[in-house]
Amino acid sequence: MDDTGTVIAFWILAAITVVSAVGTAAVRNLIHAVIFLVISFTGVAGLYITLSADFLAVTQVLIYVGAISILVLFAIMLTPQSDRGNSEGFLRLPALALATLVAATLIFVAIDTDWNISDRAGFQDTANDIGNALLDKFVLPFEIASVLLLVAMLGAIVLVRPEGAVEEE
Amino acid sequence: MTVHLEHYLVVGAVLFAVGLYMVLAKRNFVGVLMGIELMFNAVNLTFVAFSRFVESPNPLDGHVFVVFVVTVAAAEAATALAIAMLLYRVRDTIEVDEINLLKW
Repeated sequence: MDDTGTVIAFWILAAITVVSAVGTAAVRNLIHAVIFLVISFTGVAGLYITLSADFLAVTQVLIYVGAISILVLFAIMLTPQSDRGNSEGFLRLPALALATLVAATLIFVAIDTDWNISDRAGFQDTANDIGNALLDKFVLPFEIASVLLLVAMLGAIVLVRPEGAVEEE
Repeated sequence: MTVHLEHYLVVGAVLFAVGLYMVLAKRNFVGVLMGIELMFNAVNLTFVAFSRFVESPNPLDGHVFVVFVVTVAAAEAATALAIAMLLYRVRDTIEVDEINLLKW
């Protein structure tokens, strides 16, 4: 992680990610908040690339930037008469205090701890090894994840099904 | 000047704090959901950073864990947005302040 390009890329991407994350919380219009969220997700994908996690960067773009943001937009569009505002409730100040405390604690721990840093180079090609690990060492969690996705899909369908859909058959 | 593990951890911590603030403070259900997604992203970034920098016999396990987190996040987003739709249909609002049926 010594070459100048990676360092410059890290600082630019970190700035984009953090600024647009704060923008997501700060803007008053919910649609603008989603746009900031997408920019923040893309910045995280770029940070994955600087960490030589190529497969995860592609996954991030596909699933977060592509799918989840569209899902969030759908939720906004399908609730037409409700408030499009992004304002805070009565918990604003306690939440701000708690978030600041959590951030301060995490940053302090991250900087103060003596991490067991390895000096190996970045990964070359992660997709192969992730695939092998998923079907070998992590095959049980992999299957459980597939069942979880099935249950989530069925649950989402059952939840939003209109009333009396069964009788119409 | 180099980039170390700590840099990524600080970015992850800030992202997590912003997400936590949104989850606690936002009045709109979709805003709360966006905060949760930000927190997922912060945790994933931390996983990948540790996987890249910390000494380990299986450094790619962090990446596999991130794949599982993304899977769970996708499932969570789908069901949560279904719940948002249902809330809007039943109560005509998705403001979490006004969803207080269980309040005594």
